Amino acid sequence: MEEALKSQAHAHAPAEGFLGKYVFSLDHKVIGKQYYALALAAVFIGMVLSWLMRFHLVWPNAKIPGLELIAKTGAPGGIITPEYYLSLLTMHGTLMVFFVLTNAPFAGFGNYFLPIQIGAEDMAFPRFNMMSFWTTFVAFIVLVMAFFIPDGPPISGWTAYAPLSAVGKDAGPGLGWGQNLWVISIAIFCIGQLLGSLNFIATTLDLRAKGMTLMRMPISTWAWFITSAIGLLAFAVLLPACLLLLLDRMAGTSFFIPSVLAISDRLQNHAGGSPLLWQHLFWFFGHPEVYIAILPAVGIVSHVLTNSLRKPLLSAKVIIYSMMSIGFLSWMVWGHHMFVSGMNPFSSLLFSFPTLTITIPATIITLIWLGSLYGANIQITTASFFALGFISMFVSGGVSGFFLAQPSIDIYLHATYFVVGHFHMVMGVAAIFAIFSGTYFWFPKMTGRMMNETLGMLHFWITFVGTYCIFMPFHYLGLVGNVRRYASFVDDFMPALMPLHKFITIAALTTGAAQFIFLFNLIHSRFRGKQASSNPWRGTSLEWSIPSPPPWNNFGGEHPVVYHDAHQYGVKGSTGDFVMQTSPEQILNE
Amino acid sequence: MGKLFGVILTIIALASAYPIVTHMYVQPVDISTHGHAIDEQLADTMAEAGLSFVLAQLLLAFCVWKFSNRKEGAKVFHLRGGARLVVVAAFILVGTEVLALGVLGQKAWAEVYFTSPKPDALQVQAQAGQFAFYFRYPGPDGKFGPLHPDKIDEGNQNYFGLDPANDVESRDDIVTAEMAIPVNREIHLLMHAKDVGHSFYVRELRIQQDFVPGLDLSLHFTATQTGHFEILCTQLCGLGHYNMKAYLNVLSQEDFDKWIKQKASEQ
Repeated sequence: MEEALKSQAHAHAPAEGFLGKYVFSLDHKVIGKQYYALALAAVFIGMVLSWLMRFHLVWPNAKIPGLELIAKTGAPGGIITPEYYLSLLTMHGTLMVFFVLTNAPFAGFGNYFLPIQIGAEDMAFPRFNMMSFWTTFVAFIVLVMAFFIPDGPPISGWTAYAPLSAVGKDAGPGLGWGQNLWVISIAIFCIGQLLGSLNFIATTLDLRAKGMTLMRMPISTWAWFITSAIGLLAFAVLLPACLLLLLDRMAGTSFFIPSVLAISDRLQNHAGGSPLLWQHLFWFFGHPEVYIAILPAVGIVSHVLTNSLRKPLLSAKVIIYSMMSIGFLSWMVWGHHMFVSGMNPFSSLLFSFPTLTITIPATIITLIWLGSLYGANIQITTASFFALGFISMFVSGGVSGFFLAQPSIDIYLHATYFVVGHFHMVMGVAAIFAIFSGTYFWFPKMTGRMMNETLGMLHFWITFVGTYCIFMPFHYLGLVGNVRRYASFVDDFMPALMPLHKFITIAALTTGAAQFIFLFNLIHSRFRGKQASSNPWRGTSLEWSIPSPPPWNNFGGEHPVVYHDAHQYGVKGSTGDFVMQTSPEQILNE
Repeated sequence: MGKLFGVILTIIALASAYPIVTHMYVQPVDISTHGHAIDEQLADTMAEAGLSFVLAQLLLAFCVWKFSNRKEGAKVFHLRGGARLVVVAAFILVGTEVLALGVLGQKAWAEVYFTSPKPDALQVQAQAGQFAFYFRYPGPDGKFGPLHPDKIDEGNQNYFGLDPANDVESRDDIVTAEMAIPVNREIHLLMHAKDVGHSFYVRELRIQQDFVPGLDLSLHFTATQTGHFEILCTQLCGLGHYNMKAYLNVLSQEDFDKWIKQKASEQ
C-alpha cells in the first residue's frame, strides 16, 4: 500500500514561468502537445515537398517562383533538377515516417493521454520525457539543416541504401554533408524514441490507478503500450545501424561497402562490407516501424468508435490480442522488402508466409469494427467520420498488401508506383486519418474548447475523396510498370500515362490545400471555439472525468479509483447510456 | 450525413474497381516462358483482393448508411454470433486465401529462382554503373576475361576494366551498350555492379533483379517473341537514376548471329 502511494505521488511541482510551463516542461500534457506541434510543422513541410515533386513530374520545365532562394543549385531559376527531385523525395519520406507518423499518433497523443487514461499524475520519468522530446527536436533541426547547406539534402531515399549512402560525395550531390546530417539526425531520433518507449512501458506497468487492471485499460492505452514495446526493440536496431553507417562515412570502416567499387571512375578505398547488411538492419527496424505508425492509429480509432457507436465493440479483448500478434509477427517479415535484393531466394518464401499471415489479425480487427457498426447508433461527428474513413483506408491499403507479400508478383510490381500507392494508403493516409480523428475527438479535452464541426466536415469530405483520387491511381500506374523514384518519365511507355499523373497532381494540390482548413480550424478554435464541458462526447474513460483542460496534476491531487472497463456504453447508467470507469455504480450485465 | 457517407463510399469503391474490371491499366504483353505463371498469380490475387476490397467497402457503406444518427430511442443491438463469428470467419476466409496464394505463388517464384540454367544457355554479362548498362558477350572462346576495376576508363571505352594485353580470354570479349539476344534460347544473365546498387527490370520479361555491389548474381530467362524492349533501372542509384536505361533486342537466331559478328568487328 505504501509502495502504491509512493508511485502515485507527483514527481514534480507545478511549473513556473514561461520557460518552465511551455518550453522545458516536465508535464506530460505539454510534452504531448510539443510532439504534436512538431509533427504539425513536419507534416506541412513534408506536404509542400510532395507538392513540389508532383508539380515537377507533370510540369518539369515550369518555374516555381522563390524556390531558387532555398535551393540555389538544386533549383536554379526555380526549375527543379533531377537531383533536387531526389532530395525532395528523401526529405519527404524521412519527415513523414519519422517526424509525423511516429511522433503524432504515438508520442504526441500517447504522451498526453496514456497517463490520464490509466489514472496517473504524470509519466513514470518526467525528466526522461522532457529529454526525449528535446532530443527529437534536435533530430528535426539537424535534418532540416540539410536544406540550407551548400551540398543540399541527401538523395538516397528515406531507406538510405548503401553503398550509395555510404561512400560520400563521389556518388552524387547531397551525399556529402547532406547525408551526414541525415544519419546523425536519425541516430538522435532513435535515442529520443528509446527513452520515450521505456517511459511508456514503465508508466503503464507501474502507475495505474487502483482498480485499473490491464484489461480495463482503453484500447488506445493498449495500443500505445504495445507500440512502445515494438519501438524499444526497433529503434535499438536502427541506432547502431546508423552509427555503423556513420563510421563507414567518416572513419573509413567498411561495414556496408564491399571491395573494388569504382565510383565516378575512382576506386574506393574500402573492402569486405555488405550492402545487404544495411538492408537487413534497416528493414528489421523498417517493417516494425510500419506498426509503430499504425497500431496507435488502430487504438485511437477503436477508442473513438467505441464512443461514437454508443455500444462496446464486439470484443475489445480480441482487438488487443490481434494487435499483440501483429506486433509479434512484425519481427518475422522484414525480408518482404528484399525479395529482389539478391537475398537467398529460399528466404523469400520464408518471409512471404508470415507476411500473408499478418492479414489474419488485421482482418479480424477490421471485421470487429464492421461487425460492431451493425446495429449501432453511430454519432456522426468529424471525429467519427475520420475514424470510419480510417477503416476504409485500412482496407484499401491492406488488400494491396496481398500482392506485394508474394515474391512472384513482387518481381513485377517491386519499385513501381503500386508500392507507393500501397504504403501511402495503409501507413500514410490511414494513420493521418487516425491523427485527425484523435484531434477532433480530444481537442476539447486538450484546450477546453470545441473545434468547428462545419469546417471539420468540409475538411473531411475533401480529404476523404481527395486521398482516394491521389492514391488509387498509383496502383494502376504500378500495374503498367511505372517505376517510382524517377525524376522524369523518359521511357517510351510512360508518356501515355501522363494524363493520369496530371490527375494525381491536381488531386494532390487540392487535397493539400484543404489541410489549411484544418490548420485554420485548429488555431481559430483554440482561441475562439465554443467552451467545452468536461465530457462533451459522453465518454467513459478517465480523461472525461476531469476538467477540460485538465489541471497540471491531472486529477487535482486525488487518486481516482476505477470500477469498470472503458467499454460501458449502451447500458442503463445514472448518467445516460454509459457508465464512467470511475463510477462505483453496479452494472447488471457485467 | 451518414447516408451521404454510404453513397460516396459506394461510388469510390465502384469507381476504383472500374479501371481494373475494364482492363484499362494492365501489364504489357508477356514475352517470357515463365511470365504466364506470374500473370496468372497476379490475376488470381486481383480477383481475391478486389473482391475483398469491394465487399468490405460496401459493407462499411451500408452500415454507416443504415445505423447513423438513428431516432431517439432506437434499439442498439449486437451482431449475432459476436466476436467468435468474426474470428472464425477471418481464419477461414483469410486462412485459406493465405494458404492458396502462398502455395500457388511459390510455383511462379520457383520457376524463376529455383531452377538452374541449362548448360547450353547463352551467357551474357550485364554491368550496371551510374547511369548506364553495358553488356559483354564471351566471344568465340566462350569465356569472359577477368575484370580489373582499376583499369575502368570510360574515356577509353573500357567500361568493364578489361586488360586484353595480358588476359587472353578478354581479347575476343564483345562489349556493347545495348543488349541483343536470340529468341527462344535460354539466356544466363550474369549481373555485376560497378559502383552502387542498381536493378534490371524488363516489364515484358517479368524480370526484376537488383545488382548488388560486391555480390555477383545471376538470372536466367527465355524470350519467346522478337522485338525491341526497354531495360530500366529500378533501384535508386543517384541523380541520373530516371535516365538509366538500355534496350533489349530480341532477334531471330540468324539476325543475332549477324549482329554479334558485326559487334565483334567493331571492338
